[in-house]
Amino acid sequence: MLKRPSLSNQNCYHCGELCEDELINFDEKPFCCNGCKMVYEILNENDLCNYYDLQNSPGINLKNRNYEQKFAYLENKEIQNKLLNFSSKKLNKIVFSIPSIHCSSCIWLLEHLDRLREGIITSRVNFVRKEVSIDFNPEIVSLKTIVELLATIGYEPEINLQNASKSKSKKENRKLYLQIGVAGFAFGNIMMLSFPEYFGFEGLDDSVRMFITYINILLSLPVVFYSASGYFSSAYKGLQQKYINIDVPITIGVVALFVRSLYEILTQSGPGYLDSLAGLIFFLLIGKWFQSRTYESLSFERDYKSYFPLAVARVAENESEMVQITELNEGDIIEVRNQEIIPGDAELISDTASIDYSFVTGEAETIQKNQGDYIYAGGRQVGSTICLKIKKAVSQSYLTQLWNNEAFNEENTYDSLINQISKYFTLVILLIALISAGYWYFVEPSHILNSFTAVLIVACPCALSLATPFTLGNAMTILGSNKLYLKHINVLEKLWNITSIVFDKTGTLTKSEEAKLTFEGEELSSQEVSLIISLVAHSTHPLSRAIAKHYNDTAVFASVVNFKEIEGQGLSAIIEKSLVQLGSAKFIGAQVDESNSTDASRVYAKINEDIKGYFNIRSSYRSGLSALIQRLGNSYNLSVLSGDNASEEANLKPIFGQNSTFAFNQKPEQKLAYIADLQAKGEQVLMLGDGLNDAGALKKAEVGFAVTEDVTAFTPACDAIIYGKNLTELSRYLSFAKQSKKVILVSFAISFLYNFIGLSLAVTAQITPLFAAILMPLSSITVVAFATFAVRFLAYRHKLV
Amino acid sequence: MNVIIVLISISIIVAGGFLAAFLWAVRSGQYDDTYSPSVRMLFDEKKKKTKKNHPKG
Repeated sequence: MLKRPSLSNQNCYHCGELCEDELINFDEKPFCCNGCKMVYEILNENDLCNYYDLQNSPGINLKNRNYEQKFAYLENKEIQNKLLNFSSKKLNKIVFSIPSIHCSSCIWLLEHLDRLREGIITSRVNFVRKEVSIDFNPEIVSLKTIVELLATIGYEPEINLQNASKSKSKKENRKLYLQIGVAGFAFGNIMMLSFPEYFGFEGLDDSVRMFITYINILLSLPVVFYSASGYFSSAYKGLQQKYINIDVPITIGVVALFVRSLYEILTQSGPGYLDSLAGLIFFLLIGKWFQSRTYESLSFERDYKSYFPLAVARVAENESEMVQITELNEGDIIEVRNQEIIPGDAELISDTASIDYSFVTGEAETIQKNQGDYIYAGGRQVGSTICLKIKKAVSQSYLTQLWNNEAFNEENTYDSLINQISKYFTLVILLIALISAGYWYFVEPSHILNSFTAVLIVACPCALSLATPFTLGNAMTILGSNKLYLKHINVLEKLWNITSIVFDKTGTLTKSEEAKLTFEGEELSSQEVSLIISLVAHSTHPLSRAIAKHYNDTAVFASVVNFKEIEGQGLSAIIEKSLVQLGSAKFIGAQVDESNSTDASRVYAKINEDIKGYFNIRSSYRSGLSALIQRLGNSYNLSVLSGDNASEEANLKPIFGQNSTFAFNQKPEQKLAYIADLQAKGEQVLMLGDGLNDAGALKKAEVGFAVTEDVTAFTPACDAIIYGKNLTELSRYLSFAKQSKKVILVSFAISFLYNFIGLSLAVTAQITPLFAAILMPLSSITVVAFATFAVRFLAYRHKLV
Repeated sequence: MNVIIVLISISIIVAGGFLAAFLWAVRSGQYDDTYSPSVRMLFDEKKKKTKKNHPKG
């Protein structure tokens, strides 16, 4: 077939995308759609074109967006109160989360909102969190107007009641910074004050020496009681659950260090080990900070609540009012407008509806529904306003029920490698301490306490506990630069043991937007193609658009008479005196050849009385998929789950080979059950999916990856987010993750070696403060340096950097 | 009193001042967003004065 280059090779001045379907010239600048042009106009009018000077084409593409009425619920006072951080007569404060913030121009524009709309007082962006906080005067401008303004200029905020809970993690992060600051301050000063001691200055007065040691005690108090407090409480919690985590030996070491130092200083028998103590906690906290770095702007926790609207219009006695969706009851009549989400399972009262389930299933085509049909929650109405009668409350609906499954309440029973080791480590250390104390009891009783505490001090697993955060933290950063964003470093640990990979089909293996189109039948003349294209040009149905896109170089006839679109069946019109019909076999009156029916979406074409054939439209698989599957197939069991019928099995078989399992017509609960089945067989499962219908399976699996074309778009709750384009590199990422385990094991070995050296000196009661002050940082730095370089090297070997 | 005790005291107090500055900086949220201030300071504010159409406060 002919394939003409796109309409122009100009890039949109606003969003930078190629002007493929449409080219609008305005103000001597090219724009790809009306949305982009409109934003430019708004900015131009308000003297805000600085936006375009800071970055080239910074805008957000506005194709296929429609905001009419979408934010009506923001007029509800109750909802406003929940969203606003502060409200008074003349001043309201609100924080919006806007995922599309991406460059300095965004910051500039969003901080100049006051010039776009009167009543906005100030606006300030937090780029890292992708948030903007806006102060406005509610007497002049309403919340709804502001949100609409943001949406029209391409920065649609993500509004849900979950956002409020985010501020907690911010405070925790600040606390960690404070703890590190205090520990670092004390570490530096104590070390400096201890220098005379290290070098054995004899010239110091005893009064000065005492003064210094008391200052050291003073400096170490905030370190022990503030900076290290997290380790104590974590160890205590662990012991309460009869579980020895890595914080237990750390706590023992810290307490031993502190008590022994106090004893030595107060009895003036020695200078103590306070510098080692402060240093130890400082390094540990740095490891903790490294571990806690996450992709703050990405959300890994979204459930259906963040996807459903906050409120919906309920019709009661001819009046409609906005009510929160949690207050909807069975039997309520609701109105759902264009682009709004249907919040609960319902029965259609209006004549027809076309529902887009793409968020739920990943399927891009809209589905036609007729009066009386049962409509599942989660679909998006496309077209005119429809009326529905709620059949089930929101939390009980087909889709949301998934969240009532116990998989969503399960405690995280995952045991990290370091905690598995710490159990034995702690016991061995205590044993060694007791044995050496017992030995000295018989040989030289004055050494008992000395060697007992020295063992506990030297064995404090500082280097050991730094190995994991630095290895995996670096690995996570490297994967992030390859567009695989992990929620937490322990996801990597879970990846080590994966034995089975389960793929969702639509949106994961296939690209939801692009369809593969072939024409089966007698070859069409260019005249006939033109007739067909003229017909589909009048329809917005996805199949029509797919056909139009396939022949986007063909001339279109202007005279289209008697155009009819019968929903769910097909199109017909009289063009150039020919009756052109497109649609299902039944609509056309074609005999379906049952034998080779693969059930892929077929559109039959009929011109006058002549059935020309049919368009075969099937979703296209990602390029490079079969190579990926081959590589993965060697080391993992593979399965494919699909909500669709089995029509694609014939296409999947050659890609996946004979050893893979396929399951079709899977409901969300069945997907979850499939994972549970695999787990019952002892498999550790990695699930890849994209829609809300995969949410249960993603949660149930040991590791759930959400696949997305755009990280700012909606993704269900998951352990990691991966770009669709990078999916074909999955085998490399997994192999990289697996090899990172070796780095950790070697790091463990290094720190055990240091421990061994230290212990052999400690049991013989030879350890000195200077030796401890050198050994502890040295071991930590070696382990951190090794972990960092080894991971970089691994990444280089896997071509990830 | 030994002069070194005075000097040590002063040095600790000076260092404590920097610690206090750091604690203040963290608490006031300066570490929450480490990117936008670097961009914000480059924005040209000149044009704003030509158009005065918003009430302050």
